[in-house]
Amino acid sequence: MAVLAPGAPAPEFSLQREDGEAFTRADLAGRTVVLVFYPFAFSPVCTDQLQVYEEALGEITADGAEIYGVSCDAPYSQTAFREKLGVTIPQLSDFEPKGEASRAFGAFFAPGGMATRALVVLKDGVVAWSWEGEHPGVLPGVNLVFDGLQAAASA
Amino acid sequence: MTGLTSAPVPPPGPDDHVRGAAGAPLVILYADFTCPRCALAAERLRAAPVRTCFRHLALATRHRRAVPAAIAAEAAARQDAFWAFHDALFADQGRLDDPHLWERCERLGLDVARFEADRRDPALAERVTRDVRGALRAGAATTPAYVLGDALHQGVPDAERLSSLS
Repeated sequence: MAVLAPGAPAPEFSLQREDGEAFTRADLAGRTVVLVFYPFAFSPVCTDQLQVYEEALGEITADGAEIYGVSCDAPYSQTAFREKLGVTIPQLSDFEPKGEASRAFGAFFAPGGMATRALVVLKDGVVAWSWEGEHPGVLPGVNLVFDGLQAAASA
Repeated sequence: MTGLTSAPVPPPGPDDHVRGAAGAPLVILYADFTCPRCALAAERLRAAPVRTCFRHLALATRHRRAVPAAIAAEAAARQDAFWAFHDALFADQGRLDDPHLWERCERLGLDVARFEADRRDPALAERVTRDVRGALRAGAATTPAYVLGDALHQGVPDAERLSSLS
């Protein structure tokens, strides 16, 4: 399974925000959105990754981009994870049906029953840039988020 | 939106902190004084036949004292005590509040009043930020990270690999 490539339209999907509301393809219209797929809340590598992204959050959102963490954890687990880290990046849950949205984006790691580590930058509902690690242990630095936003800006 | 796009690690400059035998292989360590894995990395580098260039990867989200400790080390550097302070911070990571920093200053024979004044100089915070941004642009996504040769590695350097360098 490969993550969606640039030029691909976003699939139909439904994720759950921390407040219980749905986040769907309709929420991508007219916006630049970064989806950060990660395997599990509370796993050490995810901890490092989101804390590094938080460091640059102001610059990521300065021009209006939105960024969300996406995993197959339940919303309550994601919120507890986010609060424990001191991170404000909002989370989207792919808990039920488990992994369905991650599969639709090509970002599901079936052997682990989890989202793989991937980044997808969408502009107005179309993939402008994407990245996928060779395996879920490969860490994408926040520089890649900025590379993706730069690609989206020139798309 | 290009502030933190990918870029190679800057080469060592005149205001970088470097120690080790001249001519030994250079390792650039990006680390945080509050991070236990960073303390282990520093210890391994100290014991290895390498030159170490220390740069800050202090994340405010990670630990409330990460940035203050980094700035404190830069203040100590103004009294030519960067490495002594570096070693003293990593040696006792449970004691990083201001009184503990002043104790370290006294033990190392530093001028505490000057240290306090220097800690408030915005230039030191900017210096720390510069290091952090360099690390992020190079792809560092965890602490520590280090550069050996041309490659950025995540995590603690392997002791055996380090000892084989010369």
